[in-house]
Amino acid sequence: MAIDWQAFRLTIELALVVSAILFVIGLPLGYWIAFSLRRWKFLVEAVVALPIVLPPTVLGFYLLVALGSRSPLGRGWQSFTGHTLAFTFTGLVIGSIVYSLPFAVQPFAASFSSVDRKLLAASATLGASPMRTFFRVVVPLSMPGLVTGLVLAFAHTMGEFGVVLMIGGNIAGVTRTVSIDIYDQVQSSNYAAANATALLLLVFCFVVLALVYGLNRRSLNHKLWTLGPVR
Amino acid sequence: MDAGPGQINLGSMPTPAEQDPRTSTLSARISKQFLSAESDFSLDVEFSAAPGFTILFGPSGSGKTTLLDCVAGLATPNSGKIIIGERVLFDAATFSSVPVAQRRVGYVLQDLALFPHLTVEQNVEYGLAHLPRLPRQQRARAMLQEFRIEHLRSRRPGEISGGERQRVALARALVTDPCVLLLDEPLAALDAATKSKILDDLRRWNQAHRIPILYVTHSREEVLALGERVLLLERGRILAQGTPHEVLSAPLQETVAQLAGFENIFDARVESLHEDRGTMTCQLIDGPSESAVQLETPLVRAKIGSSLRVGIRAGDILLAITSPSGLSAQNIIAGRLLSVNQRDMIISAIVDCGVQMEVHLTLAARDALRLGPGREVWLIIKTYSCHLMRKQGDH
Repeated sequence: MAIDWQAFRLTIELALVVSAILFVIGLPLGYWIAFSLRRWKFLVEAVVALPIVLPPTVLGFYLLVALGSRSPLGRGWQSFTGHTLAFTFTGLVIGSIVYSLPFAVQPFAASFSSVDRKLLAASATLGASPMRTFFRVVVPLSMPGLVTGLVLAFAHTMGEFGVVLMIGGNIAGVTRTVSIDIYDQVQSSNYAAANATALLLLVFCFVVLALVYGLNRRSLNHKLWTLGPVR
Repeated sequence: MDAGPGQINLGSMPTPAEQDPRTSTLSARISKQFLSAESDFSLDVEFSAAPGFTILFGPSGSGKTTLLDCVAGLATPNSGKIIIGERVLFDAATFSSVPVAQRRVGYVLQDLALFPHLTVEQNVEYGLAHLPRLPRQQRARAMLQEFRIEHLRSRRPGEISGGERQRVALARALVTDPCVLLLDEPLAALDAATKSKILDDLRRWNQAHRIPILYVTHSREEVLALGERVLLLERGRILAQGTPHEVLSAPLQETVAQLAGFENIFDARVESLHEDRGTMTCQLIDGPSESAVQLETPLVRAKIGSSLRVGIRAGDILLAITSPSGLSAQNIIAGRLLSVNQRDMIISAIVDCGVQMEVHLTLAARDALRLGPGREVWLIIKTYSCHLMRKQGDH
């Protein structure tokens, strides 16, 4: 039984980096979706939701093209760093961000828009800037939604396969994630190793989800998640 | 118009807002249209509010909250101008509108909108973010003390009572030292005792900080209790403005519910009006004939000679065995005890003073005064213990 620990470490690293970046991107994007009055908001919402319905191969294909050396983005990156984005860890991160975007942004936006607008009005009359209102009122009151979004993004990145295969390939230590490893094992009829890895991934994901949802539930009752003052 | 409570109870004398050159008057001309398929409501008002209470009175849907939202900057008028002192908050003509956060308007929303995740103290400190930590804490503490909620400072809004939440909301708005205070039915959900205590605190605060207070209510009782200046709003227009007496129509119709709790109810005729003092004199009528008793009562909109009913609670009447002097109460009536009966722990005394009045006393009072039938006594009735009601069927 050979578990590819390198693939495991790489997968967790990828999921953590992607979740962290999605948190940073998701806050303003979720805020905009929750509060913007623009008429074309629905278009942005549709684009954000696309990865949920598109097959990973379609997404992976376009990402591969976009990251490749023929696209402006790929060319720019290549002239800057000397190598292409495709088949690198960075490329994998970019692909995963796009792929997991709705799983973070949708819960963020939903919890932001469920905050009582009266509280935002009160905050404004007390002299608070929109930024301060966001961090002092909207975010603390949206904690369960933020945690849910982050956990979903993390779990979704942990288990992604199609996009990784399309844009990352299968380079040990660089782009070979656990799901690719399992696929490899099965391809070479190595069912015992595939089983061990799959079971480990299953247990790990379950424990993480159970832990976070458990904490999140407690936080609703005990208000563990209160942020410090933001000014 | 909403039917308010029937009895009329002036908590304080209506006094004209004093003009202090250092303080600023709010003057506003607001016009706002709401265009939608099912309603074509529009708000169209022009008014000014000097320092002190200005009451916005009107039924729900008359545009009171929209008016406050426009002053606070939460809603934008289609046209008009809003000025506090020299400061222009909004002017449609020049397309200028000061952002909400910079208007320095204290606004207590109808459902208070306290931050549920912050403690009472953090709520009150919220508007002081521009201050360093120490002065911020000091000012918040002082305000908590002034509104008697210091002991609640580490609790959250969900853990305190309705009256306490009202105090927190007031303290949170006032601690920022606003130029104008907007109160949207802040006391609607409270019992009378809590209400009047909070109003006392607010009045005391307003004496030290002379700013205009726009106070929205649809309760007639609150209008009379706060009674400085009233704007009567209906369907987005100001129908009348002036003192409560000028603005409010005659007292409400007497109903069974309103009579409950008044042991003494008399027919009366308005004898004279004292508008300067906010009172009037009523002659009590006993059956077909007039009695010798005249009462000073709160002023309501009524003509001399018109008929009213006066209700007085037996527990609101004081009883003396010598002719009292040096009292603030204006009604001191001599009479003779007819009977003294014990009901549980209360003594019910019937006094003949031209009309028969029931007075409630404690056992201790009866024993200390050695009261018995035939004894000569004096009844003392405060002006504001006389509750006026319109007579049934009389409009």
